[in-house]
Amino acid sequence: MNTNDFLHRLPGATHAFQRPVGWFERVYLDFWMLMILFIIMGSGLFVLYSAAGESLQDVQRQGMRFLFALAVMFGIAQVEPRNLRRWSPLFYIGGTILLLCVLLFGVGAKGAQRWIQIPVVGVRFQPSEIMKLAMPMMVAWFLSSQTLPPKWKHLFVSAVIITVPVLLIARQPDLGTSLLVAAAAIFVVLLAGLSWKLIGSFIALGIAALPALWYVMHDYQRQRVLTFLNPESDPLGSGWNIIQSKTAIGSGGIYGKGWLEGTQSQLEFLPERHTDFIIAVLAEEFGFVGVCVVLTLYMAVIGRGLFIALNAQDTYGRLVAGSITLTFFVYVFVNIGMVSGLLPVVGVPLPLVSFGGTSSVTLLAGFGILMSIHTHRSLVRN
Amino acid sequence: MSEKRTFKNLDLEFRLFKERMFVAFAIVIVLIFVLISRMVYLQVYQHDIYTTKSDKNRMHVRAIPPTRGLILDRKGRMLAENLPSYNLMFVREQAKDIQGVLDVLAEILELDKKQKTDMAEQAYSQRRPFHSALLLSQLNEKQIAKISVNRYRLSGVEIEAQLIRHYPYGPMTAHVLGYVSRISEKDLTNVDRSQYAGTYYIGKSGIERQYEETLHGRVGVQTVETNARGRILSVLDETLPQPGESLTLHLDADLQYAAIRALSGFRGAIVAIEPSTGGILAMVSTPSFDPNLFVSGIDSKTYRQLITSRDLPMFNRSIRGNYPPASTIKAFMALAGLEAGVINRNTSIEDPGWFQLPNDKRFYRNWKRGGHGTVNLNRAIVVSNDTYFYHLAFNLGIDRIHPFMERFGFGVNTSLDLPQASAGLMPSREWKKGARKSPWFPGETLSVGIGQGYWQATPLQIATSMALLANRGKWVQPRIVKQVGDEDIPLKQDGTPDDIVLSDPTHWDQVIQAMVDVVHSRHGTARKMSRGVDYIIAGKTGTAQVKSIKQGEVYDENKIAERYRDHALFAGFAPRDNPKIALAVVVENSGGGSSTAAPIARMVFDAYLKKTDEKSSSEKAVKGSQ
Repeated sequence: MNTNDFLHRLPGATHAFQRPVGWFERVYLDFWMLMILFIIMGSGLFVLYSAAGESLQDVQRQGMRFLFALAVMFGIAQVEPRNLRRWSPLFYIGGTILLLCVLLFGVGAKGAQRWIQIPVVGVRFQPSEIMKLAMPMMVAWFLSSQTLPPKWKHLFVSAVIITVPVLLIARQPDLGTSLLVAAAAIFVVLLAGLSWKLIGSFIALGIAALPALWYVMHDYQRQRVLTFLNPESDPLGSGWNIIQSKTAIGSGGIYGKGWLEGTQSQLEFLPERHTDFIIAVLAEEFGFVGVCVVLTLYMAVIGRGLFIALNAQDTYGRLVAGSITLTFFVYVFVNIGMVSGLLPVVGVPLPLVSFGGTSSVTLLAGFGILMSIHTHRSLVRN
Repeated sequence: MSEKRTFKNLDLEFRLFKERMFVAFAIVIVLIFVLISRMVYLQVYQHDIYTTKSDKNRMHVRAIPPTRGLILDRKGRMLAENLPSYNLMFVREQAKDIQGVLDVLAEILELDKKQKTDMAEQAYSQRRPFHSALLLSQLNEKQIAKISVNRYRLSGVEIEAQLIRHYPYGPMTAHVLGYVSRISEKDLTNVDRSQYAGTYYIGKSGIERQYEETLHGRVGVQTVETNARGRILSVLDETLPQPGESLTLHLDADLQYAAIRALSGFRGAIVAIEPSTGGILAMVSTPSFDPNLFVSGIDSKTYRQLITSRDLPMFNRSIRGNYPPASTIKAFMALAGLEAGVINRNTSIEDPGWFQLPNDKRFYRNWKRGGHGTVNLNRAIVVSNDTYFYHLAFNLGIDRIHPFMERFGFGVNTSLDLPQASAGLMPSREWKKGARKSPWFPGETLSVGIGQGYWQATPLQIATSMALLANRGKWVQPRIVKQVGDEDIPLKQDGTPDDIVLSDPTHWDQVIQAMVDVVHSRHGTARKMSRGVDYIIAGKTGTAQVKSIKQGEVYDENKIAERYRDHALFAGFAPRDNPKIALAVVVENSGGGSSTAAPIARMVFDAYLKKTDEKSSSEKAVKGSQ
């Protein structure tokens, strides 16, 4: 029997042993995190209205998704962290089995199988999204049960845990997601205290292996890399997106062209403008100032996330919270980096702003975990 | 750090974690700074560059092609017009299923395999997104109807209207007007490229080419705002195009039709000129071709047939065909003799049927074996006696013949607006030294005296010389175009040759009377053509040797291959007083001028001088062909 369980069973004793809590914490929500997320989602809908060609319908659909995602977040926040920890291997194994199912009977488009169709309900979803959370949870579950910093054999086991689903996702093929999933897990290992010497040698190894990566890539992936290196080589084909997005961003200037006034987006020169490239719409219409505001909001989320991680009460909570927060940052960085031409084009949406349901649900589920970790702290350390 | 430790060191773990967090946060800050720098670079530092790019994206300068000028005949009948044509355009970004749309098109338009692959190639060709590709041109009404009915199955397909050139008279006017065809990269190097931004066709030959700049007009410009699909949202600025000016020709479509009909079945040419204006009333070269084929894009098989045909349908004989003018120049030889004082109106010779140079055994034969007996100047022209002109040429010498004939336009292109016309060849001592690297032989002067030998002239030159004779030496350059827009082209120009002033003007009357006698007297070589005529024709027949006949050999039409038979010529004008039409008829490999060329000339004269009240024949011809 656990200390908390014991305390909970004392009649009327719960409050006495817990920190004084506000209204939000009573329902296990983090006030500051929630406020920032609301602001981001709100401004996201605002930009989406412009990017989707003044379509209220799209804004409504996105709003409904947000509501659903918030409900998921709220639900997860209610779960105690130790239950999350206990169920981590379950998520992981379940997710991996689903990934296998995707390879066997998944559905998809453009030569990639990424979806699973649930027969009776008729809902489609991407099991790789589950992995975005299940993976760091699993690695954190494993490492937190060992002494830290991790030893060689623990690193080896972690590597196996990471490799299997990542390869399965890469086979779909969905290189972007597989890298993000791998990154989430690697963040856990790094935060767990992997020695700097090893970090250094892994980085060196990674750089050395880059050319080999070229040979395992699909043609369209190579094309993306080539386009990234020189977009002007195929301005009407694969280079079109990046040229148009840079034009949109650059022509926005400091103060932007004004809401609904961006010619690049309103006249439809900018492709994927309400999904992956939505930051270009924002940059065109609200300028550098708008970009800075959004970056500040994201930084606030990350700051709060790292604060939660630092204040988590056990190693598992720390590792999971840290990983989720840093992965969130990776989304922001990769998306903005890709749209502004710093990185090759990979299909990563801008968190909570891009139009699309799946990523919002996963993200808010992750914040639900953060909130759970933060709001279930007790005075007694276990 | 002990390997044997079994208890978790929570403090150490937390310290480690804090350290890692700190590093991670530092990296996050650095990367955010990278993003911000990137935005500063794009939005502040390169802002101007991208503003220009963005404007370029949305603002397009569109060329509005001018409407090509029309070409009309002297009575205002349409010779070249612009008809709407419908093209099948396809925007593949607007089609959900590209192959599906192509399959539907192939099915409803019943395309063959090659058309299908051509169409697919166009549909998949590399293009700016949302810009349309041309799948098929010149749709007919049935095709348009079928596409319209199936529109719901054809997303991304549009029908676009465009004006294209049409020549209602087809082959009849092909050699005069020439034709327009798709602009090639090479064509663009010769014109102001910007003027052709929206134009698909350019004049490739004939009048269409000669007056390209006038007919084309000036391009208009429109600055428009478009979306990425190329749909125009608003017009920001506009300069309207200036349509090409219409041309009115001297050509008479009725006469052209009559001339073509008269020459049908023969290879040859007819040029008819109005002496008072130099205007070309008819210009025919047979066989001809359909210029409309070139507008729509001729298929390679038909084109190969046209350019490899032995009958040379693409060759404009009327201005580029070089023929020996033969006896048609005897009037001018007579004038040269009279002017030089070598002969007078009474000079006569005894003709044994041949002429011999001093110290030369070679016989220069008259066309009539046994000769014409006593021949004076008038008779020499009327019966076309060769011996008389051998004498005359021998006494004149090439050095006097050459400059005199040049004044009548032989050996020079005197046309006002036909730069592609051949200059022919008026031989001289200097020419032979230069071109043939050999001296002039006296025998060659004799050949020149009867319009043979090195002398070559185009039908246009022969007709021009006749117009000059009709004008009694007053020069008006031959020309096709009468008016550009409303502006008349002036009769006399800087380059017009000097009028020919004879020392004794009655010399004109002398030779013209002889040419009237050719047609109207009992012994004239063209007497048959005067049957039933109610106006007076002055004319001269000619028979040009294609293959030289060896000494002592007799010309026998039946023995000689068709291609080596003589060319038949007739040159003349009518009516004698106040001449209205001067013409030259050349009929290739058809024998004698009096038997073939003269009757054709009569038909042309009649068509022009006998005004019929019935509805113009050429218009009926056009209606019949449509």
